[in-house]
Amino acid sequence: MSTEVIHPDTHHVDDGHDHGDHKPSNFLDRWLFTTNHKDIGTLYLIFSLTMFFIGGSMAMVIRAELFMPGLQLVEPDFFNQMTTMHALIMVFGAVMPAWVGFANWLIPMMIGAPDMALPRMNNWSFWILPFAFTMLLSTLFMDSGGPAAGWTLYPPLVLQTGTSFAFVVFAVHMMGVSSIMGSINIIATIFNMRAPGMRLLRMPMFVWTWLITAFLLIAVMPVLAGAVTMLLTDHFFSTNFFNAAGGGDPVMFQHIFWFFGHPEVYIMILPAFGVISEILPTFSRKPLFGYGSMVYATATIAFLSFIVWAHHMFTVGMPLQGELYFMYATMLISVPTGVKVFNWVSTMWQGSMTFETPMLFAIGFVVLFTIGGLSGLMLAITAADFQYHDTYFVVAHFHYVLVPGSVFALMAATYYWLPKFTGNMYSEKWGKIHFWSSAIFVNVLFFPQHYLGLAGMPRRIPDYSPQFADFNMISSLGGFAFGATQLIFVGVVLHCAYRSKVKATPEVWEGSRGLEWTLDSPPAYHSFNTPPVVTHNALSRAD
Amino acid sequence: MNLQEKNRKVTRRLVLVAVGMFGFGFALWPLYTVLCEVTGLGGRAIQVSEDNTGAVASDRIVSIRFDASVNSSLPWEFKAKEKVSEFNLGVPSTAYYVAKNVGNDAIIGQATYNVTPPEASLYFVKTECFCFTEQLLQADESQEMPVYFYIKPDLPEHIKDITLSYTFYRHGYDPSDRSHL
Amino acid sequence: MKKENTVIVALAVLAALVATTWLILVAPGLGSNEVNMTRGVTQQSADHFELHMIVLWICAIIGIGVFTVMFTSIVLHRKSRNHTPAKFSHSTKAEIIWTVIPVLILVGMAVPATTALVKMEDSSGAEMTVKITGFQWRWKYEYLDEDISFISSLDPNSNAARQLNSGMVPANVDNYLLNVDHPLVLPVGKKIKFLITADDVIHSWWVPALGWKRDAIPGFVNEAWTNIEKPGTYRGQCAELCGKDHGFMPIVVIALPQDEYDTWVSEQLAEQGAAL
Ligand SMILES: [Cu+2]
Ligand SMILES: [Cu+2]
Repeated sequence: MSTEVIHPDTHHVDDGHDHGDHKPSNFLDRWLFTTNHKDIGTLYLIFSLTMFFIGGSMAMVIRAELFMPGLQLVEPDFFNQMTTMHALIMVFGAVMPAWVGFANWLIPMMIGAPDMALPRMNNWSFWILPFAFTMLLSTLFMDSGGPAAGWTLYPPLVLQTGTSFAFVVFAVHMMGVSSIMGSINIIATIFNMRAPGMRLLRMPMFVWTWLITAFLLIAVMPVLAGAVTMLLTDHFFSTNFFNAAGGGDPVMFQHIFWFFGHPEVYIMILPAFGVISEILPTFSRKPLFGYGSMVYATATIAFLSFIVWAHHMFTVGMPLQGELYFMYATMLISVPTGVKVFNWVSTMWQGSMTFETPMLFAIGFVVLFTIGGLSGLMLAITAADFQYHDTYFVVAHFHYVLVPGSVFALMAATYYWLPKFTGNMYSEKWGKIHFWSSAIFVNVLFFPQHYLGLAGMPRRIPDYSPQFADFNMISSLGGFAFGATQLIFVGVVLHCAYRSKVKATPEVWEGSRGLEWTLDSPPAYHSFNTPPVVTHNALSRAD
Repeated sequence: MNLQEKNRKVTRRLVLVAVGMFGFGFALWPLYTVLCEVTGLGGRAIQVSEDNTGAVASDRIVSIRFDASVNSSLPWEFKAKEKVSEFNLGVPSTAYYVAKNVGNDAIIGQATYNVTPPEASLYFVKTECFCFTEQLLQADESQEMPVYFYIKPDLPEHIKDITLSYTFYRHGYDPSDRSHL
Repeated sequence: MKKENTVIVALAVLAALVATTWLILVAPGLGSNEVNMTRGVTQQSADHFELHMIVLWICAIIGIGVFTVMFTSIVLHRKSRNHTPAKFSHSTKAEIIWTVIPVLILVGMAVPATTALVKMEDSSGAEMTVKITGFQWRWKYEYLDEDISFISSLDPNSNAARQLNSGMVPANVDNYLLNVDHPLVLPVGKKIKFLITADDVIHSWWVPALGWKRDAIPGFVNEAWTNIEKPGTYRGQCAELCGKDHGFMPIVVIALPQDEYDTWVSEQLAEQGAAL
């Protein structure tokens, strides 16, 4: 594996810029063969935005079919392909690569490094993704259709997928390889490339949360790869890992899957925690409250995520002791999560707040993520979960933590660092329009789904009894509006990158803290050619 | 150590962790089996014993239901002779099932089993069972299939009735093959 | 900023949040009962409903508390009001308090949660047993003590209306998608054990009014139990994705008083006997 180190002055052809800017001028060199952390970060972000819209259009198909009772648009099997693909695309194609994109852009700048530790591997880990997702999406056009057994890929149902199943498995393998390479790179960068004085407990929270996320990824992506490999051999090579008739056990797949799957949900949310912990101090003009406990809470959450997996499968019929253990362990997660929320509120308390778009998205995150967290606590109660499980209540819960959770944090991060990335200010007016319409419609979209689930509507059904009609229609209308609203986001980003006349200062925000704000906006092609000397923790220093 | 070496070292270690975790994914299979044997999870923790030396008779009585299922891939009829019976704990006993091939060809069947409540499987000892081997039935042939077993006397007090279930599958049943439907 | 002001703003924010909570948690349920879990017709469903309401209100109160502090801060501690930022960055005392108090709340929640679960998992002493087998996409019911068995599928009217562009209006179909050809008939006031399994893929048997769902897993038999307190018709659906017609394999339970149930049993036996 290549472990090439950047030599900033000999690495690329000089294109004549006068401030140490060594971008290759050739398009292919610049983008296809790039080893630059900022360019790769940009590629990741563009890719994930594309996937966000592809996955989003599948959600639109789902909400359109559910607009009213009866089947109007698609056959049930295609509906199932849509729910399955929507989840796979959003989880592996939109949210995870978006966080890797921000990690690429920000981690070197935040720890005072010129670039990532393993630039060649960085290039590979990105360019695997377009192939993986082309392969995954191509299954929709195959005779046997795309995967339709849900993103959880439970056997035996998933084994009824046709030959396209092999493509799904290989696509998952490639995503896994990409994530693992990305994580190795991030860990190596954080361990080896920190500027003098950047001790671990002086690192920005985004770096901390990504460090922990990267370890989670390396620990669980291979487990998923193992699980889908076993599915592959069960499907095509007559092994019996999950076949009861041959001495296997279909429930075992669920245990293995959720051993991956529960940490996976934290992989999507921990970097969001980091972003919120960066943004709130800036716009409150006040240090982050409880930096140390934030770090320990993140590590605790990551640890607990490995020992609670079976709360996703309370209804499979476990011994009582097992159910009690997984209930108690899951409830425990709300303690470190609560610490984070309380610390964020304390960060705002007695601050001097302004409400630019990143701050609005961050506040939206804290409120709506908390709602999703609280419904998660309800789901942990095993006996009540016998009613909640596999209903729209669960759909509402995980969309609250993923959409106004992870995705809002991604939006917040974009507005917060976009002036740094592009050197231009975005349109505050359109940013605010984007925020308010997103915040309103996301609730119109997902809040009624709590009612639907409690009233008895199962998830993953293309049609429903008329008693569920009203809230489904409201939810669909919210969904269409939320989807359309995201076009504003694209407009704001493009305007900021290419049209905006307002130049950003290096510090961009009045209260910004951290090394990235000491660089020009936009920063030079290689971030810190001379490492800065770090003397304190910027996030928690009181001045 | 220069930066390049340090990066190589971290990479090497993390690749090893990733490879190890891939192996761990597969190791979860035997680990899960052990977990089931220890906790009764899945209700398959039945012990197989060569003889009845562990059987110590007790006054306590438990009711056992003998349940039978046939997968739709197999044209057999299959039921217990006696659906529910009461047994003294620790007393070696026999229960009989009857299987009949109502199809037109000789077929090999293979039975799976589990016990509910799952904890009870920890106290179930079989000395011989038709589920240990494949069963061949000619067309129209019917066969009596005995299970020799006893329940360990230390069965927890709160367990008063137990269900022993068998499901017969066509030998080589493949859940991804829908052609028999 | 004077102290009184903080208290007044906090009270106003609290009032607004309580009103919002009332609007989203209570008001939608006033007109109908289709926004919340059902209390159901068994002890289990009542237990699970109570548990749900306890946890829901605890969560609502925690949420109101956190958001009251947060929005009070948002109102008062803003630059536009010339609020000077404080300099504190941690408080060990506060952090210990908001670690310990949630733990105590969780312990409080765990007590009723454990009791309900222990009751749910005690299936001993059942007076009759019904075996449920999930198929793609219908249910088979076997009354193990009576030699009655039948298949239960989506009723023909719903099935016709649910075809893509059938042109039929679902609202005009009697119990659209929640009706079957052969309902499961059960007696009230009896502890009934269910043995639940599946033939092909995993399904999940769920009637909300009974208070639980349990997965039907091929090659394994799960057990669950009920004791229905009130005669009536109770509807549910398969709750685990099981293929293309997962949305079209409903469950209907008709609970009858013992004497009517006995009549039904003898009718069934006569019918099945006649059919042989
Ligand atoms: Cu989980
Ligand atoms: Cu189903």
